[in-house]
Amino acid sequence: MDAQTIIARRIALELKEGMLVNLGIGIPTLVANYVPPGMHVYFQSENGLIGTGPVPDVDLVQARLTDAGGRPVTAIPGASTFDSSISFGLIRGGHVDMTVLGGLQVDAQGRLANWMIPGKMVPGMGGAMDLVTGAKRVVVAMQHTAKGAPKIVERCALPLTSARPIDLVVTELAVIAQEGGRLRLLETAPGVSVEQVLAATEAKLEVAEHVGTMALG
Amino acid sequence: MRTTKVEEAAALVPDGATLMVGGFMGVGSPEGLIDELVRQGRRDLTVIANDSAQPGVGIGKLVTAGALRRLIASHIGLNPETQQLMNSGRLQVDLVPQGTLIERIRAAGHGLGGVLTPTGVGTLVEEGKQKIEVDGRPYLLETALHADFALVQAFMADYLGNLVYALTARNFNPVIAMAGKTVIAEVEQIVPVGMISPDHVVTPAVLVDYLVGRC
Repeated sequence: MDAQTIIARRIALELKEGMLVNLGIGIPTLVANYVPPGMHVYFQSENGLIGTGPVPDVDLVQARLTDAGGRPVTAIPGASTFDSSISFGLIRGGHVDMTVLGGLQVDAQGRLANWMIPGKMVPGMGGAMDLVTGAKRVVVAMQHTAKGAPKIVERCALPLTSARPIDLVVTELAVIAQEGGRLRLLETAPGVSVEQVLAATEAKLEVAEHVGTMALG
Repeated sequence: MRTTKVEEAAALVPDGATLMVGGFMGVGSPEGLIDELVRQGRRDLTVIANDSAQPGVGIGKLVTAGALRRLIASHIGLNPETQQLMNSGRLQVDLVPQGTLIERIRAAGHGLGGVLTPTGVGTLVEEGKQKIEVDGRPYLLETALHADFALVQAFMADYLGNLVYALTARNFNPVIAMAGKTVIAEVEQIVPVGMISPDHVVTPAVLVDYLVGRC
């Protein structure tokens, strides 16, 4: 199983019946493929849709029904559409139960940097700052390291997305929670030791008394 | 409200004007008006919009044509031309969190001086802004964004200019329709008055100054 699939399948286990969930681009989008059977969750797309469904067949593409990347999607029964003010009212107002976002770095206090690399990549923050600030629960889906360098660091070298700490980081190696401004290692992936996780992490991690093995939904 | 041809509607917009333009990655952008602004060679525009789409799509066409002096948007990541122009100093780009951008526009349209938002506190976004504490929580004062024109795209209008939007093509459109001093709406269908139920009108006709039919 590749890293992205491990991450997406583990995060899918965080979904709960009836949740309103916003998925960012990249690995987070894959989470929608692993919703536990029989569970009903609503996905929000910040361009103004609750009830985002799968990508349509080419013949059924509706040019006015798209995701936040402008790609065609479908809408499930019970879906609703609204303007951008309501869409971000939902996000900032605490109506979104969970958001899953990609990450460039997470610091020792659980703060996320995911919107720019100064001088290199300046795409704009889009909805990321509002999502991290306003969603009830923030889950980061990212690979544990980038070109061998840890992404969970003591201090983010990159500009922060929000001062509000995230709740959970899921990588292909581990599940790490932010509790009281500190990071705590809860689970390791099958076949991965606590020592391997600590060696691939720059930030200091507390280690749970009983570190579990990541279940994959 | 006046109905008008797309050429005449675009001619209302002078060089150097500030425009709000509807659309999210080009979905719900007034493509006819944009094409006509490009054809008429408009210059030095300030555009306030969610994003700059992609080259050849929506606002991306204005970027390619060199029609912009300044862009106020939340995302330019899918348009490499916008990034090149920004990096070479030929286009001023102000990046604003999406939820803050739409609320600054809404504030202008609703007669407010600005809004208080927690988004951006403790990040680069707070630089130069007033921080205000309410009930012990810090907020940024984000001021209203005004524009000379709002270029709106709608799915349907009646002869009076009541507007209805379709699916995710709604996005910024109803909000900018409140905020532009002059509102030009480009619509896909025009139907007789009464066909749109009062309950279904999203943008009341009194807000629309010019209505452009199918281009």
